[in-house]
Amino acid sequence: MSPTQWDLPPELCCRPMAFVALTGLDVVYNAIHRAIWDAFCANRRADRVPISFKVLPGDHEYPKCRTKRTSYEWYIPKGILKTGWMNKHLNLVPALVVLFYELDWDDPQWKEKQSECATKVEIVRTSLQGRNTKVAVVLIQKKTPLPPGEDLVASERASALCNACDLSGKSLFVLPHTDHLVGYIIRLENAFYEHAQTYYYNEIRRVKSHKEFLNKTTHQLLFVRHQFKIAFFSELKQDTQNALKHYRTAYSLVHELRAHETNMLEIKTMAGFINYKVCRLCFQHNTPLDAIAQFRKHIDLCKKKIGSAELAFEHTAWMSKQFQSFGDLFDEAIKLGLTAIQTQNPGFYYQQAAYYAQERKQQAAHLCNHEQSTSYPSPDPLETPSGALDFYGQRAWRQGHQSIDPPDPEREKAGILALQVKEKGVLHSELIIALLSNAVAQFKKYKCPRMKSHLMVQMGEEYYHAKDYNKALKLLDYVMCEYRTERWWTLLTSILSTALKCSYLMGYIKDYITYSMELVGRASTLREEQKSRIEKNLIKVLMNEAPEPEPDCDPASVKAAQAHWIDRGSLDKDNLFTIEVQDYIPFVQCKAKFLSPSFHVDDPVQLHVYLKADCPHPVRFSKLCVSLSNQEYNQYCHVEEPCKAKDILEPSSQANMCLIPGKTRKYCFTFVAKTEDVGKKIEITAVDLMLGSESGRCVYLNWRGGGGDAASAHEAVQAARSFKRRTRLPEQQVDWDTVSIQTSTMIISRVPRISVQLHHDPPALTNEMYCITVTIQSEEDTVARDVKVTAGLKPGQDANLTQTTHVTLSSTEVCDDTHPALLTDIPIGDLQPREKIERSFYVRCVSTGSRIFLFHVSYAMSTTVEGKEITCKCHKDETVTIETVTPFEVAFKFVSIKFENLDRVYVDIPFLLMMDILSMSPWPLHLVSSQLQLAPTMTAIDRPQSQVEGVVLQTSECASECFCLKCPPVLNGTSTVASGQYIISWKRKSAHAETPVVNSVIILPHVVVEAIPLYVHAELPSYGRVRESLPVRYHIENRTGLVQEVEMSVEPSDAFMFSGLKQVRLRILPGTEQEMLYNFYPLMAGYQTLPQLNINLLRFPNVSSQLLRRFLPARIFVKPQGRQADASIAAA
Amino acid sequence: MAVCIAVIAKENYPLYIRSVPSQSELKFHYTVHTSLDVVEEKISAVGKAMADQRELYLGLLYPTEDYKVYGYVTNSKVKFVIVVDSSNTSLRDNEIRSMFRKLHNSFTDVMCNPFYNPGDPIQSKAFDSMVSGMMVQAC
Repeated sequence: MSPTQWDLPPELCCRPMAFVALTGLDVVYNAIHRAIWDAFCANRRADRVPISFKVLPGDHEYPKCRTKRTSYEWYIPKGILKTGWMNKHLNLVPALVVLFYELDWDDPQWKEKQSECATKVEIVRTSLQGRNTKVAVVLIQKKTPLPPGEDLVASERASALCNACDLSGKSLFVLPHTDHLVGYIIRLENAFYEHAQTYYYNEIRRVKSHKEFLNKTTHQLLFVRHQFKIAFFSELKQDTQNALKHYRTAYSLVHELRAHETNMLEIKTMAGFINYKVCRLCFQHNTPLDAIAQFRKHIDLCKKKIGSAELAFEHTAWMSKQFQSFGDLFDEAIKLGLTAIQTQNPGFYYQQAAYYAQERKQQAAHLCNHEQSTSYPSPDPLETPSGALDFYGQRAWRQGHQSIDPPDPEREKAGILALQVKEKGVLHSELIIALLSNAVAQFKKYKCPRMKSHLMVQMGEEYYHAKDYNKALKLLDYVMCEYRTERWWTLLTSILSTALKCSYLMGYIKDYITYSMELVGRASTLREEQKSRIEKNLIKVLMNEAPEPEPDCDPASVKAAQAHWIDRGSLDKDNLFTIEVQDYIPFVQCKAKFLSPSFHVDDPVQLHVYLKADCPHPVRFSKLCVSLSNQEYNQYCHVEEPCKAKDILEPSSQANMCLIPGKTRKYCFTFVAKTEDVGKKIEITAVDLMLGSESGRCVYLNWRGGGGDAASAHEAVQAARSFKRRTRLPEQQVDWDTVSIQTSTMIISRVPRISVQLHHDPPALTNEMYCITVTIQSEEDTVARDVKVTAGLKPGQDANLTQTTHVTLSSTEVCDDTHPALLTDIPIGDLQPREKIERSFYVRCVSTGSRIFLFHVSYAMSTTVEGKEITCKCHKDETVTIETVTPFEVAFKFVSIKFENLDRVYVDIPFLLMMDILSMSPWPLHLVSSQLQLAPTMTAIDRPQSQVEGVVLQTSECASECFCLKCPPVLNGTSTVASGQYIISWKRKSAHAETPVVNSVIILPHVVVEAIPLYVHAELPSYGRVRESLPVRYHIENRTGLVQEVEMSVEPSDAFMFSGLKQVRLRILPGTEQEMLYNFYPLMAGYQTLPQLNINLLRFPNVSSQLLRRFLPARIFVKPQGRQADASIAAA
Repeated sequence: MAVCIAVIAKENYPLYIRSVPSQSELKFHYTVHTSLDVVEEKISAVGKAMADQRELYLGLLYPTEDYKVYGYVTNSKVKFVIVVDSSNTSLRDNEIRSMFRKLHNSFTDVMCNPFYNPGDPIQSKAFDSMVSGMMVQAC
């Protein structure tokens, strides 16, 4: 796009850099000069000083300097800023002119060269007459210079040259073109930069010095101009802080100017320029908030300064540009590292720019609607002698004119007309779209999806206005779904209406149908009569006719469109359209459902399709078909009724294939599922509804799955939540909201007509062969063939259970680990109707806990469904949870002969092992026998014989037995020895006779065996009699290999008198036994404590008499004295 | 006073929109719809843990040349949006807050109506007249 009047001039937008002119360089033919020039200008990085270099010929004519005014007294300025001024100082008037000259210090023709150089300097000086531009000379030398001070010739000649050229020593440089060219150049340009800075500093002072001559009445414009110039020179000097300060002053001064219609444009233009500079510098100083505040202020100040009403579009164009250029600045700052946020990003400025551009377009349309005959005024009032304006923002036909009223009303009129005619030629839409797309890009970046969509809609609408319907459609179609999913129907309707117009004008049949469908549907907020109009058009399209044009379309485009439609109509092909509607909200709603989530294979599958139209007029369709996941069933699920053309136009509400608006229509389908599909799912993959006719044009509305569209899910939720009482509908009519979609159904096997009963006596006992009897009875009317039973542990339980459960059919053997946990497919054969069969299973559970057992009976049979013979496989599962409990608990204890509990036993001293068998089983237990298997470390005193054989234990009864044992000597004094095991053979009492006996092995506990040095035992009668002698013999046995010294004493007792050694000390030889005889004489009857025998071993003090007393009886029963009568009683 | 008042459902579809009849209704719909961008962003900026203590009033959502858009989100994520004319500088933040409070109270009354199905467009007369009171009177 060529730059327009509103674009900011490039010299304003660039970054001002000091301008240095290089002369005396022949960059075309001289390789050395070329290299020097390249070193100056090529690859300038950011760290080099900001200078713009230019190569100029030595005799270049610089712009003439006007004679300086000594007084401003009679001077009336003609405008604020000359259009050429910025460019002049950027590109024409250098801050420094550098003359390059090839001259070595030892040049043989030194004199001649010196004067030639002086002449060249003179020429440059002359052409810079009146300017403060500095001149410098660079001598290009072949030789590397000596360090300063050493070359006497050089310093002498240098000062001579300076004199000749009238240069200060600081302005003479030497450039040896040796290896380090770039290094020298960098040093050179730093020196140039200093000179340039001084130049601009002087320029600023010069401008400032004018101030005292100005007065506020006539020189208002100059105040602005001078501040602007100071600021601009400051920028050239790279003093941006001062530049900003002066631009700000200039900005406030510009608004102090007397504004009237004739100079409004000039003021706004300059205000815009200065504002641009201020914002730019604020961004550069990283104070974006200042920039934004300045811009807001600027807009607030200028918004109302419309200027001439006839050129109102100029104001909006200017406003648009202001926003756009601020957006550009903002965006540029972001690229340089500024962070923007969602609510403050360049997008808003582009959007506003677009808004003003739209405004401009409207104003232009309003103000520039001249008659065709109006021609561009001649002579062209916009023509100026120089081809450009002298001052920014002035009118070409009255340049420099500063009075309030236009000097020539006729010329003014012609000028305005010229501008209006020009404005007419502007491609507004293009501008608007460019701005909008800029804004879209920004909003995309700052997470504003809705704003982005809105702008895209605007773009689409703008394309529509620009008659680029194709692009408009693309954009609108792209954003439509967002409004649809967010359920903003008003907005969707508006977008759809535009899209419909586009598709009509382009003759896109499918799009036209799609949009119409949605616009007449329930999501549309159009009024009824509009819906009715669109529906009529839709019907026309279905009949292969051209629709009526949409209202408010461009007449020329309508004409073209009508031709399109007629063309389309004549084509035979491409008249079948499939529209996938579940992402739209079409005017026909569809819900398909299987009546049940599962069907038995011997029942027909039932499928209902509900249709409802939301359009204003009834619609007629010609075909409805349902596609299922198994396509073989599709043939059963369609209705078709080819319709004649007139039916489409005037559908009779009675017809089956006619949808009355607002009424729900139901279509029922049934089919018989195939036996192969048992256990499979049947799904509705699609529902197709055909509108129109195959002969004309037909449209398939295709719903994926069981119907429903973009809005139906939400509607279903709302309907479900609603408390509204449903109005009672007459027979055969359904309330739409109550219908729910059921897209799939399961085909399941036929219900078995067979009874499976289990008989067993829970709980099971650990390790027993638990019997479960299965009774199967057929209730079928025909033979059940191929009956099979699977029995055992239900799969899917704890893996340990599989290891500890075994199932068998045979009752005779006890099963072991080789038997499986589940017996599969045990053939039973055929079952006649009413036949009954019984099978027993034996289960052995090794561990306790509960288990689930499964009995699965399967069979096949034939049946007829709706006249079709099918073979059905049926099965029945029966599960039972069985608890396994321990049958009994066995407790052991070691006791002494006196039935005292022992924590240890003594070598060779007999003790008793007692078992208590406690029944835990709820059922009576039959203990068949028991057996003690002793370890070699233990011997029985006599032949151990089971004492519980044949005992029957009821629940929580206890059986005990006891064995007398002793331990042979052990190696070292004490050790823990194994005792052996105890085997109980048992079975359930109530169980069948044939139940096998179960042997439960119980490991006996270990016991501590200890050797003792001395053993004492007493020999005494079983009872005594009062006043009859009772002889007691104590045997004291030395079990060690040493001679034992024993101290013995008998304590007196009230119940006995006794004779014998009361206290004695004796020695017992190893392995021998000492016998002590006492005669006790009981004095009292009853259980009497025997006189206590104390034994002390002098050698083994740790063997206490307490321990030894254990082996001795403590009491004895004393009978009373016999009487004579007793004998007679006994005799009797 | 407001030029447009909207109630937006949790799922971001409009439950109620009322704007001054003098200007394009569609434009206000777009304004309210686009302001949801900022609302969403503001809600998500508040962390999950802090969600309970979140202030309902969201303040100025974004300024346009012509309008100021204010937002308010209830704890059940129903949004209220009030659009005010930019030229109306006399309106203070406090007044906007009290408008939102009134709106919220009235909305609560609507929700308490056993015959109102949450999620349906609001058609309450009481709510309507309350909103009318807050709107700029078209003259």
